Amino acid sequence: MSDGLHVHLQQEAPIPLAAAVHCAAGEVLALVGPSGSGKSTLLRSIAGLYQAEEGRIVCGDHVWFDSATQVNVATANRRIGMVFQQFALFPHLSALENIAEAMLQYPKAQRLARAQVWLQRVHLNGLGHRLPRQLSGGQQQRVAVARALAREPEVLLLDEPFSAVDRSTRESLYQELSELRAELKMPVLLVTHDIDEATLLADRMSILDAGRTLQTDTPEQLLQAPNSHRVARLMGMRNIYAGKILAQENTHTLIDWHGTALKVGTQKSFSVGSDITWAMPTSGVLLMPSRNRSTDALDNTIDVQVQLMLALGEQYRISVQHKNQTLTMNVPRHIAQRYRLEVGQFLQVRLRGETIHLMPSN
Amino acid sequence: MDWSALRLSLELSFWTMLVLLPIGIWLGRRLAWSQFRGKSMAEALLALPLVLPPTVLGFYLLVALGSRSPIGQAYEALFDQQLSFSFAGLLIASIVFNLPFAIQPMQRAFEAIPQEVREAARCCGMPSWRILLRIELPLAWPGILSAMVLTFAHTLGEFGVVLMVGGSIPGETRTIAIAIYDRVQAFDDSAAASMSAVLLLISLFAISLSYMATARLGKGRHNV
Repeated sequence: MSDGLHVHLQQEAPIPLAAAVHCAAGEVLALVGPSGSGKSTLLRSIAGLYQAEEGRIVCGDHVWFDSATQVNVATANRRIGMVFQQFALFPHLSALENIAEAMLQYPKAQRLARAQVWLQRVHLNGLGHRLPRQLSGGQQQRVAVARALAREPEVLLLDEPFSAVDRSTRESLYQELSELRAELKMPVLLVTHDIDEATLLADRMSILDAGRTLQTDTPEQLLQAPNSHRVARLMGMRNIYAGKILAQENTHTLIDWHGTALKVGTQKSFSVGSDITWAMPTSGVLLMPSRNRSTDALDNTIDVQVQLMLALGEQYRISVQHKNQTLTMNVPRHIAQRYRLEVGQFLQVRLRGETIHLMPSN
Repeated sequence: MDWSALRLSLELSFWTMLVLLPIGIWLGRRLAWSQFRGKSMAEALLALPLVLPPTVLGFYLLVALGSRSPIGQAYEALFDQQLSFSFAGLLIASIVFNLPFAIQPMQRAFEAIPQEVREAARCCGMPSWRILLRIELPLAWPGILSAMVLTFAHTLGEFGVVLMVGGSIPGETRTIAIAIYDRVQAFDDSAAASMSAVLLLISLFAISLSYMATARLGKGRHNV
């Protein structure tokens, strides 16, 4: 239990919690979930700003919270670095003084010089004398990150740190955090409700809903193989349907989807006849003009009608209907233009069976 | 011009302000950030001097501090002198009737400090005393200054409670407000006028200071 951060929390009220996460040293773990899912409460519990009824929080060799032995180390005595959503800089202190306040472990004479080094590391040279209100959102965020790291924390906690800055600033901050990551040797917990942000920055993601950790895995694994309908929904998957196992063959599993048989990658854990939920990423639905018949064994060709086309930058998000079921697919803009796609049009699409993931029935 | 009355008023105002400073900071922080059973009742009790007629407050204070009360008897046993109609009695009364003037502006000032900022200080590893001195007091100081000025000015001008509890003993309990009343009763209009002018100027200066501080607090809030 001495490696990284181990958190296990349990309570019924006022905020239900049944969360268990582990974050290894040097790893970035994203806590992802909708508003009210308890992700911030989990982070605040680690910081000692919230006390759950039951549980245990261990960081390295230090027990910070243990309800069984009534251990609850005060926030100031937990070596944590925390970046708040609104940054929470001290408004009356300069950027340099803000950072220096987190360096009480050093003699007073050394603090400002060391804070200056941190300021350089976050590319804010020459802005140390400015008050937070004289800095842009992105600069404030950098000061907040520098202040959190200046504490030389055993765990770094980031509470939606990118939500208060504009999109272009966010992009450059992602880049900087990615660069800084290589140097961070402590567990890093990132709270976010943005799946793309989590996928971009985290090694693993923990999906939270109503205070429960539903699944913790790599972003790829969560997108390809969510363990429940709810996780698939929370991961932003659009193509989720009910079905039934028709047969288990050697090369594939056959499922029934409202009267249409679909071949999917072999998933033997479901018995023939059992109800299932299946999900597929939008990238698993491919446009296939009728003249190009598929030869791939796991391709499922179905007839659909275009219902809705949404232009999203370089691509269209297209909703198509098959037997009253709506499928969503993304089509590059130039492809959509080449095939003159329009609402009401009938076409054939391919459902790539290897991307179809089966889950227990909802 | 009754200089001893002016000096007494200034001394009373100064000591009232000084005693209420730590009380106000402690109670103001607690009321701003803590939720506890009976909080509304506590706030109502503290605000009572704002609405209670000074004679009513003075009467109860007189009863509470009088020589037949436990407090009065304890004071007499310790210091061998009466608490009511003394400067010490006047000071206690002054502290009580100034509670809302000291606490409410401080409570508002502490409420204006975002919770995240206080939490960030804890996450930085700052001990409580350092958070108080380095973060909370600098951010709340306009409100604290405002509270102190209001307390000072209000004590200078208080009449009813002072008369009930202190009477009008020259050099001991006769404040400038009572001295003005005495001079008017004695048809000494010129003395009353000069003393009133002095009180007016001091009060105007103090209140101006308070408004300036409040304006800065508003600006500070906007910037947080």
